[in-house]
Amino acid sequence: MKWSFLAKPEGVARYLVCNADESEPGTFKDRYLMTHIPHALIEGMIVSSFALGANTSYIYVRGEMMPQIRILEKAIAEAKHAGFLGKNILGTGYDLELYVQPGGGAYICGEETALLESLEGKRGNPRIKPPFPAIAGLYGCPTVVNNVESIAATVPIINDGGDEYAKIGIGRSTGTKLISASGNLVRPGVYEIDLGLPVEEFIYSDEYCGGIANGKRLKATVAGGSSVPILPANLTLKLANGEPRLMSYESLSEGGFATGSMMGSGGFIAFDEDQCIVRNTWNFARFYHHESCGQCSPCREGTGWMEKVLHRIEYGHGKMSDIDLLVDVSKKIEGNTICPLGDAAAWPVASAIRHFRDEFEWHVKEPIKCLDTNYGLANYAEPIAKAEVTTGN
Amino acid sequence: MSDKVKVTIDGITVEVAPGTTILNAARQIGGDIVPPAMCYYSKLEGSGGKCRTCIVKVSKGSEKDPRPMPKLVASCRTTVMDGMEVQNITSPEVIEARSGVVEMLLINHPLDCPVCDQAGECDLQNLGYEHGLQKTRYEFERRTFERIDIGDKIQLHMNRCILCYRCVFTADQITNKRVHGILNRGDHSEISTYIQTAVDNDFSGNVIDVCPVGALTDKTFRFKNRVWFTKPIDAHRDCPTCSGKVTLWYKGEDVLRVTARKDIYGEVEEFICNTCRFDKKKTADWVIEHPTHISDTSVIASNHYETLKPLPVIQNNPQLQQANKVELEKTTKF
Repeated sequence: MKWSFLAKPEGVARYLVCNADESEPGTFKDRYLMTHIPHALIEGMIVSSFALGANTSYIYVRGEMMPQIRILEKAIAEAKHAGFLGKNILGTGYDLELYVQPGGGAYICGEETALLESLEGKRGNPRIKPPFPAIAGLYGCPTVVNNVESIAATVPIINDGGDEYAKIGIGRSTGTKLISASGNLVRPGVYEIDLGLPVEEFIYSDEYCGGIANGKRLKATVAGGSSVPILPANLTLKLANGEPRLMSYESLSEGGFATGSMMGSGGFIAFDEDQCIVRNTWNFARFYHHESCGQCSPCREGTGWMEKVLHRIEYGHGKMSDIDLLVDVSKKIEGNTICPLGDAAAWPVASAIRHFRDEFEWHVKEPIKCLDTNYGLANYAEPIAKAEVTTGN
Repeated sequence: MSDKVKVTIDGITVEVAPGTTILNAARQIGGDIVPPAMCYYSKLEGSGGKCRTCIVKVSKGSEKDPRPMPKLVASCRTTVMDGMEVQNITSPEVIEARSGVVEMLLINHPLDCPVCDQAGECDLQNLGYEHGLQKTRYEFERRTFERIDIGDKIQLHMNRCILCYRCVFTADQITNKRVHGILNRGDHSEISTYIQTAVDNDFSGNVIDVCPVGALTDKTFRFKNRVWFTKPIDAHRDCPTCSGKVTLWYKGEDVLRVTARKDIYGEVEEFICNTCRFDKKKTADWVIEHPTHISDTSVIASNHYETLKPLPVIQNNPQLQQANKVELEKTTKF
């Protein structure tokens, strides 16, 4: 899909860049993939570069992932030795050079245009779009930027055929997806699931996460990495109309932001009843404040502002008006920024207040108590009390 | 066959060349519908898109594809399409979002206008008057930085900076070697020279003119006077390095400072060199042309020496005319 936008002018180099700058809190599937099956990525890079007509391709890896960089470099050397890379690959006349480029470890460099800037050796600021990278990307040439998982997924698609791959999954969400499950789960880790799996089965089934650790109850989930809206337990397991929610792009975003979330990067974080949503929201806000590139004003100033207000509420100095202030600030950031980081910073705050307003208000009302106790699940009258799910095991 | 595209901004249709941005199309119409711009600078390549004050709503994409754009767009970096319909001041959504942006710009700004040299000709001040809130909702300590001297003539006061990147582009494109840029990230990022190496070349002074706020100020003018007490006069000289077309700012007989000539959007017409800016501060150095035209809305126009007419309230009231008889006789003499 993304490939079809690629401009194809004559005499201009085209590039394929693999985005391995995985930095979303709660997402670690690409690291797992690069550590354990680096050749799947390299094979995917070769196949995709051939399809796109790129002769030079890059894998931009997050700087903190030094072991993975070494693994990839070793794997590339092995592939070169076997004749899968370099000049005239397997006698086809096709040349491909593959490079691994370590990044500086900035979250913003996971945004594709910031990644290209960084790859060119500049400050990793997102570019103003249009032009999109498919028209003018790396060094002004048409470029495709894809995630590690997407590139690795080209291999089974080529081997088994697209139709065979599309049989897996449900509706428009076809194929499989790697989910990095973390939080208060019995067995957190990276799972490859067929899209369309019910969320309830994913959390409680022994095949997957095995339920909530220590026999506690589920309070909330973040379905796709820190930047997507947080959902309370009842909305995680069931849609607003009572049907079970599935792990698919459509089902997770069912209901818009009022009652839904997003698939995002597949970072599934579960919170049990003892977790503090305010603290978690503050933690996410602190992350986005730290990682904002500082280029456009709503994100630069707004993320810091939200973080400070949330810090104040979490440590018992908040005011009732702060809650509405946070909603207002998040609204003013959302949609007004150059890159999606502004939205990513605004959504978790807005959704946490939308679904867990009680807890924010409790923090304001009980400034001493909130320092050493958590609001807990039992305090919720509506709507979370309905979420006491005992099925699954 | 016309090679022009039609664009409608707030109900006013204008024909512009293809590739024009919405902001520049609006500037061709002029008046109230021109979106404010803090970071865009038509003379600097690559500027714009950062401050987000110029956001507008595109209610119709083009004649071919009439779908509206999903988000508000930065008008300085969005090119017009044939048949595009844009809403600026007619859209409450835009006004709301813009006031949000202005609030964000101001939360870390020290608001030290009473001691700031830029006050009176500050884009942020004007923007704040137009779109800002009466009272800040920000209750935390504002970020502070140490003042930095960039060379012996320019001072950087980072507290006031809104990170528009204009000076970075100026240093990059106008001057010979790029020696300053952005350090750090997010709301603690700052404009700086590499280990405070002095910016030292003939055109470095232009960063003062492009700065929309009082972050970069002329040390030869610092704390000398308020801009609205000085009188701008256009003048020129035969300069070997630049065009030599400048504005002199007089207080009585003295030239307090020299700047490049600015248009109504606060953009300089031609960049000038440091010799003209910092060293030629005598009337004898210059050929005087005429008083600079200052827009009536500017506080600098409060001197109003250019059009010496009695105030409208006096013109309509015979009693007041009688009371101000002496003053009126003076003005009619000119």
